[in-house]
Amino acid sequence: MDTYLFFGMILFYLIGASSALILNKNDRICTYTSFLSASIASVFGIIFSGSILLGNDFSLTLSGSPILNFGFFVDKLSAFFVFAISITAFAVSIYSTGYVREYFGKKNIGYLCFLYNIFILSMILVVSANNAVMFLIVWELMSVISYLLVVFEHEKPQTLKAGFIYIVMTHIGTGFIILSFLIMAGSGGSFGFETFRNAGMTMPPYLKDIAFLLALIGFGTKAGIVPLHIWLPYAHPAAPSNVSALMSGVMIKTAIYMLIRVSFDFLGGGVWWWGMLLLIIASVSALIGVMYALMEHDMKRLLAFHSVENIGIILIGVGVAMIFMSSGHPDLAAFGLIAALYHTINHAVFKSLLFMGAGSIIYSTHTKNIEEYGGLIKRMPWTAFFFLIGAISISALPPFNGFVSEWLTLQAQLLSINLTDNIIKIAVLFSGAGLALTGALAAACFVKAFGISFLALPRSAHAEHAKEVPAPMLAGMAILAVMCVALGVLPFYVVNILDSVSAPLVGTNISSRISFDLTIGTLSSFPASISTTWIALLVFVVLPLPVIIYMLMSRTNTVKYETWGCGQPVSTARNEYTATAFSKPIRIWLGGIFRPQREIQTTYSDSPFFKDRVIFESEIEPVFERYLYIPVTWVVLTVSRLMKVIQTGYIQTYLLYILITLVIALIYVGSGA
Amino acid sequence: MIAKIALVILQLLAIIALAPLLSGIIKKIKAFFQIRKGPGIFQPYYDIAKLLQKDSVVSQNVSWLFHAAPIVSFVAVLTAGLLIPIFITELPFGFAGDLIAVVYLFALARFFIALAALDAGSSFGGMGGSREMFVASLVEPALMLSIFAIALNVGSTNLGYISQTVSAMGFDAFSPYQILAFVALFIIAIAETGRIPVDNPATHLELTMIHEAMILEYSGKQLAIVELGAMIKQLLVFSLLANIFFPWGIAQGVSAAAVIIALLAYFAKIVILGAVMAMVETSTAKWRLFRLPELLSISLMFSFLALVSFIIVKGG
Repeated sequence: MDTYLFFGMILFYLIGASSALILNKNDRICTYTSFLSASIASVFGIIFSGSILLGNDFSLTLSGSPILNFGFFVDKLSAFFVFAISITAFAVSIYSTGYVREYFGKKNIGYLCFLYNIFILSMILVVSANNAVMFLIVWELMSVISYLLVVFEHEKPQTLKAGFIYIVMTHIGTGFIILSFLIMAGSGGSFGFETFRNAGMTMPPYLKDIAFLLALIGFGTKAGIVPLHIWLPYAHPAAPSNVSALMSGVMIKTAIYMLIRVSFDFLGGGVWWWGMLLLIIASVSALIGVMYALMEHDMKRLLAFHSVENIGIILIGVGVAMIFMSSGHPDLAAFGLIAALYHTINHAVFKSLLFMGAGSIIYSTHTKNIEEYGGLIKRMPWTAFFFLIGAISISALPPFNGFVSEWLTLQAQLLSINLTDNIIKIAVLFSGAGLALTGALAAACFVKAFGISFLALPRSAHAEHAKEVPAPMLAGMAILAVMCVALGVLPFYVVNILDSVSAPLVGTNISSRISFDLTIGTLSSFPASISTTWIALLVFVVLPLPVIIYMLMSRTNTVKYETWGCGQPVSTARNEYTATAFSKPIRIWLGGIFRPQREIQTTYSDSPFFKDRVIFESEIEPVFERYLYIPVTWVVLTVSRLMKVIQTGYIQTYLLYILITLVIALIYVGSGA
Repeated sequence: MIAKIALVILQLLAIIALAPLLSGIIKKIKAFFQIRKGPGIFQPYYDIAKLLQKDSVVSQNVSWLFHAAPIVSFVAVLTAGLLIPIFITELPFGFAGDLIAVVYLFALARFFIALAALDAGSSFGGMGGSREMFVASLVEPALMLSIFAIALNVGSTNLGYISQTVSAMGFDAFSPYQILAFVALFIIAIAETGRIPVDNPATHLELTMIHEAMILEYSGKQLAIVELGAMIKQLLVFSLLANIFFPWGIAQGVSAAAVIIALLAYFAKIVILGAVMAMVETSTAKWRLFRLPELLSISLMFSFLALVSFIIVKGG
């Protein structure tokens, strides 16, 4: 049964891809067949992963050879990620049938649809591969396809730059991943993931440390941890918005999957400093991500920086779980891991929703600049409503889903009181303050993102003439908006499933110790509980009060009048607060990090008292690029220039090099024997 | 069951009824320190009643969000009120949310009011919303660390449990870490209730105000709801201080006598805290906005010290 579902899923993605190429001539038919078969495939994926999450693991061997054993292995962890990919892909595919109309007649639709289907398929295969070689093949496929999608609008010069940064960074990452796999394969004797597991038990500790660090750098690059995140704010906004939703929502999660797989499954949890290192990197990523998001005025870059932030929050949970695991608290490790996995699915849902919302705005206004939006809530009411749900969710406000996972993460940090080392304890608890600051800044950022974009008066003609997007796009957003609410108000079921995901990794089950209202009292005698279900119900208990007050006073009238401006007429968009102004207090407060620079040029007409025009320019310094990447690039370029000496370009010289190498190799082998 | 429903209704009524009174009392005490007569302590009730009867003047730029925001934030604050022990530790809905949930419910209320501030399209609203979110970002890390310090000391983040445990401790509750956490939370309470030196509730001068700037466009019954919501939030923040650190007299079980004593004790504690707040307000001047990080880093330092001293003393 599972086999049929699995191949049905793959088959429909392939049908979607091939039909896109065959029906290339007609944009409309091509769009519908291709995206509909993608959504059918993702329904297969949802059922498939559901059956595994509630049932048994799935494994399938394609070819049997002792060293290379190609096949698929979908355990509960993989199935969870297949589920996250499929549910997002389902909503995004429906959204895409409307969204790609923007490209009709301008771009090659068949090419886009083909890449889109193969891209989702490659992500599914990444999380279900059972072999390092096969994994690297599909991992590279995913990277290359996503690169082609990033440069889809290649007529824009900044897109090519974004694509270049992305492809370079992702290949550096893959290089580290290959090294890490080679170390584990060297100890285990084969490239199968099951031998990696055995290798993890027998490897000497220093090799484990090296393998973990290489994997952290390799997968961290894909996940977008600071300081390896710089490609993310370039690449994600450059892609078409439906692809951005998938890249930010689920592609970077495949790296989280492999980080959990390598550190818990292959290497058995590791030592305390792995977790501490991850916790520090994660806290820094969360803070840096949200800080730069606040300063951003490009809607899609803003959301991309929030991906850096949320990857940080997920990895805080993973890091805390590692610390617990290494200090002999597998039950608390399970709790940390549940928090991390919960935030993973939450982020997949609300980030894809927000990217689709951003895509809808861009579809209607043809600009990414927040400062040119405004008043869209009246012109695009449904988009505004779904975006608002996404904004509340990502700001971790109750009773939506972001709150549940953030609460679980905070409680996981509090549970560190059970550790023995005081320094680790204080460090973990202090990272809770970082998480709280992250949450508050995220809320500030989304007040800005939603308020400046959707409220008040339109700030440009683009926004003035915006119209609501077609129904399929709204349907795609609605699906994920419902998911945001469902994951928020029904946390117990989710935690139960996530417990079965984490149980094989940490070796213990804790769902019996978390009661229906998420009371975690029986974990280390630390009673704490929330019930977002009841918070949502209580809202309805108290809702009648203001309503009654309103009803009693229904005799009063409401008069519409101009906005108050101290007696002066201010009802033009030029008087509105801008996104730059909104984030200014925080820019000044954290000026040491942002290093804001501004330039004001005033030209006067005749007398110095009458200003003709004022030009204001403001930017913040890209610290990581300037102080980390430019020096590294310089070193690489200098070394390459020095290498040029031996690169003569004559074939005789190269033959000589080969001869010299051969002689040295023979001497080495001869002396060794 | 009926007792529980009665408790919920009693708690809601107590919160709504006491919130304006607390504002009135604080104003009266402030007037006393400033050698003024000041308005009567029931003035906030008259203000709200008056506002409810007035027509609303609403900006023509606004959307549905402007009308929904007062209700959403009022409901969020009142929901938080059902999670905070006022006069009884065993809250019927105490399991539904802990201290962290209360903080995030306040954040939900703030989120909507800040959005509504941007809706009318005036710079005042933008300024207020921007500053409110700035101050909230300053508050949050210190707040979370003091929550952690209290939670570790008492052994839970659930408010009913905290009150119960602390009142069982008696005078042992006055440990160094608890006092440090109280100082940290008191500074946070100043910021959360929008009082001097963070914000000035009495001013309409656009350069200094935060909360008043955000709600400038509201009038009539919407303004009444917003003001009442702000007063309730102030009462709840005071209740948190009172019943986390000094839960004396709070009812442990459901009996009429215990509840009446608890209500009286609660009222006395709230008034004393209000008097302290009025003294702080009278004796300091409003700080510049960009000096606020200094104030809240003091709070962060105190909460950090509370946490560290707890871990060093108790060892965990």
